[in-house]
Amino acid sequence: MSEHTHDHDHHEAEGPHVSLKEYVTGFVLAVILTVIPFWVVMGNVFESSTTTALVILSFMVVQIFVHMVFFLHMNFHSEGGWNMLALIFTLVLVFITLAGSLWVMISLNNNMMPGMM
Amino acid sequence: MFENLDLTKLIFGRLTWDAIPFHDPIILATFAVVAVGGVAMLAALTRYKLWGYLWTEWFTSIDHKKIGIMYIILGLVMLLRGFADAIMMRLQQAMAFGDNMGYLPPDHYDQIFTAHGVIMIFFVAMPLVTGIMNYLIPLQIGTRDVAFPFLNNFSFWMTAGGAALMMMSLFVGEFAKTGWLAYPPLSGILQSPGVGVDYYIWSLQIAGVGTLLSGINLLVTIVKMRAPGMSLMKMPVFTWTSLCTNVLIVAAFPVLTAVLGMLTMDRYLGTAFFTNDMGGNAMMYVNLIWIWGHPEVYILILPVFGIFSEIVATYSRKPLFGYTSMVYATVVITVLSYLVWLHHFFTMGSGASVNSFFGITTMIISIPTGAKIFNWLFTMFRGRIKFDVPMLWTVGFMVTFVIGGMTGVLLAVPPVDFVLHNSLFLIAHFHNVIIGGVLFGLFAGITYWFPKATGYKLDEFWGKMSFWFWLIGFYFAFMPLYVLGLMGVTRRVSHFEDQSLQIWFQIAAFGAVLIAVGIAAFVIQLVVSFKRREALKDETGDPWDGRTLEWSTSSPPPPYNFAFTPRVHDLDAWWQMKQHGFKRPESGFIPIHMPKGTWAGVVLSAISVACGFALIWHMWLAAAVTFVALIGTAIYHTFNYDRDYYIPAEEVERIEAERTKVLANV
Repeated sequence: MSEHTHDHDHHEAEGPHVSLKEYVTGFVLAVILTVIPFWVVMGNVFESSTTTALVILSFMVVQIFVHMVFFLHMNFHSEGGWNMLALIFTLVLVFITLAGSLWVMISLNNNMMPGMM
Repeated sequence: MFENLDLTKLIFGRLTWDAIPFHDPIILATFAVVAVGGVAMLAALTRYKLWGYLWTEWFTSIDHKKIGIMYIILGLVMLLRGFADAIMMRLQQAMAFGDNMGYLPPDHYDQIFTAHGVIMIFFVAMPLVTGIMNYLIPLQIGTRDVAFPFLNNFSFWMTAGGAALMMMSLFVGEFAKTGWLAYPPLSGILQSPGVGVDYYIWSLQIAGVGTLLSGINLLVTIVKMRAPGMSLMKMPVFTWTSLCTNVLIVAAFPVLTAVLGMLTMDRYLGTAFFTNDMGGNAMMYVNLIWIWGHPEVYILILPVFGIFSEIVATYSRKPLFGYTSMVYATVVITVLSYLVWLHHFFTMGSGASVNSFFGITTMIISIPTGAKIFNWLFTMFRGRIKFDVPMLWTVGFMVTFVIGGMTGVLLAVPPVDFVLHNSLFLIAHFHNVIIGGVLFGLFAGITYWFPKATGYKLDEFWGKMSFWFWLIGFYFAFMPLYVLGLMGVTRRVSHFEDQSLQIWFQIAAFGAVLIAVGIAAFVIQLVVSFKRREALKDETGDPWDGRTLEWSTSSPPPPYNFAFTPRVHDLDAWWQMKQHGFKRPESGFIPIHMPKGTWAGVVLSAISVACGFALIWHMWLAAAVTFVALIGTAIYHTFNYDRDYYIPAEEVERIEAERTKVLANV
């Protein structure tokens, strides 16, 4: 083991601390977060489809975090902070990819397809 | 697809006898040579009863050292195929002027340049880099194997499976005629209805599984399995650059998988991600594939920077100058490599702000790279440099790579790029950095660590021959391309009208011949060294007076690498151990827990290749059967609990005693 694991984690050798309660909580939350978007679409809750899309997307983001916390057992100090570091790096890259692609494609559309806007 | 179901179609899909290129004498002759050579090799293996040995000692082995060597062999074999494509193109372009149409019809020429690019990046550079990382990382960080040994074997076979599928396209059907990144709409089903693009897609997807899994594996290995005392800032530089490379692999390859997946759906299911009509956008493909493609460039070059760092320090007999700055430069490059992708398509028309942003980030990336060059120069400064073959490659790299880097910065200026985009200037630039950087580094690394892997050094004379022919050949082959590019000649052209250009192509072809001699010299070097292996034998395990832990083991290392896990106190751990009069432990050995070989990697990869082949030819029945078999086999293998064994203490003692005896005689 490398030296960054010198913290006070008693469960280090067996991996992260997991319990049935954690899984059940995660499962229930995941179900709720899935059912609501379905209801939003099926019940025509919102007038505009843009609002519907935004609501679904925000539930999706929350869902991602539920999975990370309850199923992947991520928090600020698991694995000596490596998990957090990896998460931040991933978020930066995802942001670069999404924001960059949108910026590139929107600019492209403005410049090359002015008639279609 | 089930409208007019008939049995032949269900079984053979679109595969008919027409798919075998009987009409093309070049391919037919190649096939004859391959068939004769292949049969001869199979016969020899049977004659000398080597099948069992190969199967138990190599194919099913999960020893990271053997897998590393297999990766390197795969890379070198594919180098020969990729180079054959290169020399065919050079010959065609040197001939095909005016009335002379050359010897390659355009549709064959298009397949050749596509295959050349795909092979050189995915099946030469990647396996060689992965092979060296696989071999060295566990040795450098003082551990016995990688984190997931079976996964390692599986990764290798998936990469090899992708290569095999790609090779099939030579004799069954055709390969893509789209260029190595298969841009739609050309690669869409309307413009490329044949099997070429499907071969491209499925061989890359299968090899991609291997690359991704090996990236995860090595990443976990470096993060979790370092010897006690080896903090991050005491890791050897090669391990550091490998760490960054594997981070890049894990982050970038899923993008390639996804974008190829969408192209597959466009071709197979009629979706419209990248089509011209129905709201598709082909530019999105270009954007996405370069989000993978630019990090890919750094995936190749970073480990090679690590190789050079190790070599410079060893042969200058000094610690590496500016270790910390080297590490930070590597990390900065890792992050910046995600911010430059648009420079591959400045001309697409995203406008001035977008182009300036990506132009500037691209120029910024040359700063950490330049810092590295200065670090190597200062390491050499006042060192006692030994110009052995690895050091020659290193110096050749530094000169060549700086030229390539400067033309790269030139291309990073958007207005310049509008003039030079897709010209031979670009071709010259990226060959300048890939050959002058990646390939030189791989040859340096292979020469440097060869005695570690095999127990004998490589022959000096033929090594020097190989180096000089490669170096001079490179300049002859690619400097004319810079000139042609500035004259406005574009890439991927199989015939020219302007006779005044011919002389430049002939010089380039001459350069390619010199490189061919360089490759031949390398092969001769392997043979000569093998024949002289008694004279070239390395008994110390440390032939170059090295600095890192891999040199503390015997050459080749025992299956368990280290009888006792080393304790690390300093950067350049082995150098420090030598300085402090380290004594090898000679008693008190304990049994060593090791993973066991398995058939699963070979079998899963073979089924994947069969599945890929079935999908390419639309043999839906076979595709379904092999897919189910693939999943089934993977699940079946999870029930194999017999995965480890202990090397008994007596066996360890015997091996170590033998080494003690050898060392006493040195």
